[in-house]
Amino acid sequence: MTRKQRRLTLIGCALIVLAIAAGLVLNALRDSILFFSTPSMAAEKHIQPGQRFRLGGMVREGSLVRGDQLKVKFDVTDGNATLPVTYQGILPDLFREGQGIISEGALDAHGVFKADTVLAKHDETYMPKAVADELKKTGHWKDDYGRKADAQGTAK
Amino acid sequence: MIAEAGHFALVLALALALIQSVVPVIGARLRDPALMNVARSTALVQFVFTAFSFAALTWLHVTSDFSVVNVYENSHSLKPMLYKITGVWGNHEGSMLLWVLILALFGAMVAAFGNNLPRSLRAHVLAAQAWVGTAFYLFILATSNPFLRIANPPIEGRDLNPILQDIGLAIHPPMLYLGYVGFSISFSFAVAALIEGRIDAAWARWVRPWTLMAWIFLTLGIAMGSYWAYYELGWGGWWFWDPVENASLMPWLAGTALLHSAVVMEKREALKVWTILLAILTFSLSLLGTFLVRSGVLTSVHTFASDPTRGVFILLILCLFIGGSLSLYAWRATALKQGGLFAPISREGALVLNNLLLTTACATVFVGTLYPLALEVLTGEKISVGAPFFNLTFAPLFLPLLIAVPFGTQLAWKRGDLLGAAQRLTAAGIVSLVTIAVLWALVHGGGTFAPLMIGVAAFVILGALTDLIDRAQLFRAPLATSYSRARGLPRSIWGAAFAHAGLGIALIGIVCETTWNSENISTMRPKDVVTVGGYQVRLDDVTQQQGPNYREAVTHFTVMLDGKTIGAMAPSKRSFSTRGMSTSEAALLTRGVSQLYISLGDSSADGSVAVRIYHKPMVLLIWLGPVLMALGGFLSLTDRRLRVGAPKPAKAAKTSGALQAAE
Repeated sequence: MTRKQRRLTLIGCALIVLAIAAGLVLNALRDSILFFSTPSMAAEKHIQPGQRFRLGGMVREGSLVRGDQLKVKFDVTDGNATLPVTYQGILPDLFREGQGIISEGALDAHGVFKADTVLAKHDETYMPKAVADELKKTGHWKDDYGRKADAQGTAK
Repeated sequence: MIAEAGHFALVLALALALIQSVVPVIGARLRDPALMNVARSTALVQFVFTAFSFAALTWLHVTSDFSVVNVYENSHSLKPMLYKITGVWGNHEGSMLLWVLILALFGAMVAAFGNNLPRSLRAHVLAAQAWVGTAFYLFILATSNPFLRIANPPIEGRDLNPILQDIGLAIHPPMLYLGYVGFSISFSFAVAALIEGRIDAAWARWVRPWTLMAWIFLTLGIAMGSYWAYYELGWGGWWFWDPVENASLMPWLAGTALLHSAVVMEKREALKVWTILLAILTFSLSLLGTFLVRSGVLTSVHTFASDPTRGVFILLILCLFIGGSLSLYAWRATALKQGGLFAPISREGALVLNNLLLTTACATVFVGTLYPLALEVLTGEKISVGAPFFNLTFAPLFLPLLIAVPFGTQLAWKRGDLLGAAQRLTAAGIVSLVTIAVLWALVHGGGTFAPLMIGVAAFVILGALTDLIDRAQLFRAPLATSYSRARGLPRSIWGAAFAHAGLGIALIGIVCETTWNSENISTMRPKDVVTVGGYQVRLDDVTQQQGPNYREAVTHFTVMLDGKTIGAMAPSKRSFSTRGMSTSEAALLTRGVSQLYISLGDSSADGSVAVRIYHKPMVLLIWLGPVLMALGGFLSLTDRRLRVGAPKPAKAAKTSGALQAAE
């Protein structure tokens, strides 16, 4: 083989691998990504039952009901709309009423969001970033979320 | 006083970095040895000042000086001493200080041990190192000064995030940074080579130990981080494809590719241009990781606080260095001479395939990590790309790589014999197939995926063994001969075998854990018994306990196997009053390389506790694999040929002497 042929073989292999990778990525992007919605966005977009998405918002004060075998029910709200959520399992340490959460799952036929994952991933103000952004946009962001940590620190 | 001294030392380090950025380059232009040697002194003294600055911050944390904002926000007088020290880098400002400390350390090491480098190459390397240093000193002093004071000092601090109050914080960030920042050396070498317009096998021999060292630390850092997440977050997961994890995985993949292409360059003088590009890309990905984690575009336990000016500043650094080095590359790379020829089927060819697959896999991680960010910026739509995406893209690219590994080590340089390689691997292949068959029979057709993957892993491990056996001529020569041959093998051969076997071992752990882990979530009362993975777990009682800066409710469990007690486990819930946060501390019981894992949920008023119990078969192999890889890297590092500052073979000494004479 000449130098040129060898180089062409190399470039050919590289292109094949890249093409396969691009195909895999495009295929995966079509099937395996989750969109983020707040309860109002979920209502606007008419998300079909069974279609998985990420629901973000605040746990409405006083809505948490604990059932048997670690079943829980609570409402997620963004101030304008509210969605009931059911979940079975252990809630994260940082889960509490009035705090922002993100959950993954799908709506059932009755319009109840069946979550299979509940995340209370947080920054220092206990608010997932996506949720904080939405609350700010809809005007339900209260300034004291940011200061809560301060208040706790200085109260001591 | 101490805070001001620390601040001042950092300013002095910046001044030295500025001198080091300019003077050696002018020296190299003028061929003035005195000016070029300035870099050596400035690099050493710069490290001393940065170390002093870091020591000052540590002192402030240790003595709980709450008149300093950084200490007030992240410390508490009751915090145990270990966390007072580790808390120094458990926050944004301190962790950036650790970043520059390690950067300065690597610069000082090149200055101290690089006596056998050509003078102008060393001057350029240290200058490039100082450019990076200057940017980050400016970043710290302008946006993240850890030494700011509070006008009215409070009496008590706000404590460190409880999740970070763990021994993991003592090990994971320093290791990870030694890896991330260590790649700056290969970057500086690449930039220096481009500026000089000259690169040869000797260059690769100098770069490899530094790359290898960074790679070892990054491997251990990632593995440690994964184990920490596993036991601290209480979900029993060890890898979440979280953007922050991906940020450390990308430089690792590129760095692994760089290690392998540097071998080709050292042995065969081929792939020069590509190796330079990889060195630049690897450090660029490290910078990207720093940006993702430190700028606040992502929210996670790693992002301590977000401040837009910081994000913009790091983004500028990122654009400057990545853009600058790639432009330099585009401009100068054509000046580098092409190296040796090789056939597609050869050791070089195999290493090219390795590079191709590793960089493509790295690219898929890149897309999966940055696509959601790009989409949000462009359309405002928020999406999440999780494990399913990476399972569909990363895994199919990694699989052929694993199968190719044993073949690659069997091929000869320049022109290889694929059939011969296959013949030598027959035994390994047959054993792997038998493994698949036996496992498949054992699980009674419960899915073919896991047995197949374990077969592949066995093939990788046996392939590594085959290579050692062949070279030692075990079973073909008398035992004593084999022994002395094995002892005489270069350490880098042993290193490669260990690292490749580590890959297979980690794969076995991953497959077993994901396929056969069993889980039980239930509410338990005292005397309740739950069976998980063949073990009976009984809840005994709950006791309250006071820790140094928290209260904890410890739940005691007894673990039994066939009615016999084999151990006790005590997971707990800690509540930290200062931050008003609580954490779950999982309990682990190790049986061989498998583990039982208990973490607690909420307890209700009637005395019942939500309990999550996992049985995780072979889970420890997931981290044992990377440890073996790092051990392999370490063995390679002690190879005579690569030892930093080792006397050079006569031939290399002559050529580099000739180069110096030519200057």
